[in-house]
Amino acid sequence: MSASTDAGRGFGPVMVASGCGGTGRELAAFADLAGLDFVTRSITLDPRRGGPSPRIAETPSGLVNAVGLDNPGLEHFLATELPLLVRAGARVFVSVAGATLGEYADLARRLSRAPGVGGLEVNLGAPDQVGQGLFEVREPFHAASVVAAVRREFPADLPVLAKLRPDLTRVVEGARGVLDAGATAVVIGNAVPASMPDGRPAGLTGPAIMPVALRCLAEVTAELGPVPLIGAGGITDAADARRFLDLGAMAVQIGTALLHDPTTVTRVRAALTREETR
Amino acid sequence: MADERDPLHVAGEVLATRKAGAYRLLTIAAPGIPQRFRAGNFVAVSVQGGRLARRSLWIHRVKEAGAFGPTLDVVVHPTGPGTTWLAGLPVGAAIEVTGPLGRPFALPREPVACVLVGEGHGAAPMFPLAERLRERGCAVSLVVSAPDESRLLSALEARRSARSVTVITGDGSVGVRGDVAGEIHGVLERTDADVVYAAGSHATLRAVAAAAEQRGAWSQVGLETPLPCGTGLCHGCPVPVISEDGVSRLVRACVDGPVVRGDRVDWEALA
Ligand code: FES
Repeated sequence: MSASTDAGRGFGPVMVASGCGGTGRELAAFADLAGLDFVTRSITLDPRRGGPSPRIAETPSGLVNAVGLDNPGLEHFLATELPLLVRAGARVFVSVAGATLGEYADLARRLSRAPGVGGLEVNLGAPDQVGQGLFEVREPFHAASVVAAVRREFPADLPVLAKLRPDLTRVVEGARGVLDAGATAVVIGNAVPASMPDGRPAGLTGPAIMPVALRCLAEVTAELGPVPLIGAGGITDAADARRFLDLGAMAVQIGTALLHDPTTVTRVRAALTREETR
Repeated sequence: MADERDPLHVAGEVLATRKAGAYRLLTIAAPGIPQRFRAGNFVAVSVQGGRLARRSLWIHRVKEAGAFGPTLDVVVHPTGPGTTWLAGLPVGAAIEVTGPLGRPFALPREPVACVLVGEGHGAAPMFPLAERLRERGCAVSLVVSAPDESRLLSALEARRSARSVTVITGDGSVGVRGDVAGEIHGVLERTDADVVYAAGSHATLRAVAAAAEQRGAWSQVGLETPLPCGTGLCHGCPVPVISEDGVSRLVRACVDGPVVRGDRVDWEALA
């Protein structure tokens, strides 16, 4: 499958959210990757060991995680993880995270030459940007400058998604900024900044945060009108997905639900298709 | 890409449930999973009621026949809300099961002397492993240990599956009073073991791996690390291992383990 011939088609409607699909190999047992929009866990230039154990804790209707960007680094990802996803027929969105604008640009440049990359997702809402040594994007114009740096280095015919933190006070401004900077679509709904039981910075995901994500999405569409948005946050079934789509999202991402039931993407995809053909 | 080694996610059913000391033994119909089972595999069960993390359980036994086809037994130790929910499931309850998961115990090519150590419910995978090893002509010695009798898994059954059985309890209520760390050297000496298999707490596994290494025996340990998803998707189960080149790196307990070579684990970093 060549990425560029595929660039024209829309998203999803169901995508695998960053950080919840393993390397793809594990999900393949439970979901047909062919034609599936798969967002990788966030890849950094250099390998990152990630946080100490325990990395994940259960909360009512949610999980808090402090996985801490555990990833093999760009080189290793390109050599060992990307080829499998491409062979399986997934449209691969590589999630990228960097410490400087230069790193983001570098990642985008090198990924633009990697065969089979279908697009990028810029991670603009890691639960602990500063602690993880990532470029600080609390100010919307910083987020926009990251997207601009990535966009400049990445082929214009391939999508660049910008994933924002579901921070109601900043999300409208953030969405406007990244769209102006050239983002193809904005992903609304990311881990909500939270704490592990022992106080380490973490991100809360799962059904507990769905109302927050929906509110952010609603605010953005109310302020900006019909702009390309992808909804995420606690989706576990087709009815949940439908809520985001009805509020104007063009697609949805499913993440945490896969940890509870690895067939969720398959199930929701099938249910939405059935609804459409009815 | 799916093949017959891949795990399945199925709608299962509780067929039988019985108390065994502090544990609950569940017999589950989980279509397709028993057929793929190898000793050391586990299943991940979804807990209902807004609890998202999965509960991972060693597969204790696969029963071939029955009205429901092959079934599997798991041992539940009710310690938290998820396992308490599981332990309380009545016969007929629906249960979502994914498995078999994880790397199983590797079997030796030659009929060698093996010591199998199971601490607490970590003894669960040792019984099917003992059977496989005996089929291959291996001399099997079992060590089962627990803090007290209530957490000792089927000591009686142990005697059927092994040539010699050592029972250790922390309080001395049955067998030797003590712990695995204190007894393992003697057991390895007596049995002249070539291979040691163990499952249990990190501290116990570390002691077993060290004793095996001292004697030049090969060790395989089944880690009981929390597995938030059990399926390799979340990267929430890091285990530090030292590779051939001496570099410490993280692997995932659920897909690269739970069974790993004892001499490869970076025990200091695992903590
Ligand atoms: S438990 Fe989720 S990756 Fe191992």
